[in-house]
Amino acid sequence: MKLVYFAWVRERVGQAEEHVAPPSDVRTVAELVAWLKTRGEGYAHAFENERIIRTAIDQVHAKPEASIGGAREIAFFPPMTGG
Amino acid sequence: MTPTVRIQREDFDPAAELDALTAGRPDVGAVASFVGLCRDEGGRLSALELEHYPGMAEAELSRVAAEAASRWPLLGLTAVHRFGLIRPGERIVLVAAASSHREAAFGAAAFLMDFLKTRAPFWKREHLATGALGPWVEAKVSDDAAAARWAGAEQG
Repeated sequence: MKLVYFAWVRERVGQAEEHVAPPSDVRTVAELVAWLKTRGEGYAHAFENERIIRTAIDQVHAKPEASIGGAREIAFFPPMTGG
Repeated sequence: MTPTVRIQREDFDPAAELDALTAGRPDVGAVASFVGLCRDEGGRLSALELEHYPGMAEAELSRVAAEAASRWPLLGLTAVHRFGLIRPGERIVLVAAASSHREAAFGAAAFLMDFLKTRAPFWKREHLATGALGPWVEAKVSDDAAAARWAGAEQG
């Protein structure tokens, strides 16, 4: 699946997007975040306060308990500050 | 009624946007609009940089606009949001709602702005007057509270 990152999440992870193949027991957004945090310092830094990180699955806002099964694109970003 | 939603780098003309809402529509009796501008925060900023999530920004704004259209009897609805480097005094966002009467127009415009701020994937970063790159702007708790006040409210 494709992961995309925005704003300071993108800066901390160190890239704007990547393709990943998480293990099959990673089924929810929260489990995906836990897995990503094991992948290096940048990820650990980006998700150190994971409760404030927002997620979108296929461009629709999603909660940490949402299933990632069948997702094509998952986005992680800080709380939004547009307007 | 199909809302007009645009995400663009270039500036927009508020008067032209309002004219487009009312042209050939003698049933429109009220248009309420809001324009958000870049502030210099007392001379501290040289610009704001607006990052967005292409695709989702349009989709989410369209979802919020559709929700507004389901809550109020609207005859037109426009939301335009810019991205890129925006300097103090320049426009960032416009929302405008047209209806037969003012209550629906005011309500829908306020609703659209409140939810745009908390749901549309845009992020602001400060560029300082010193020339340095500043921090990302932090989300305000008051923005969440402004959006939450619409929960359960019918035609507020």
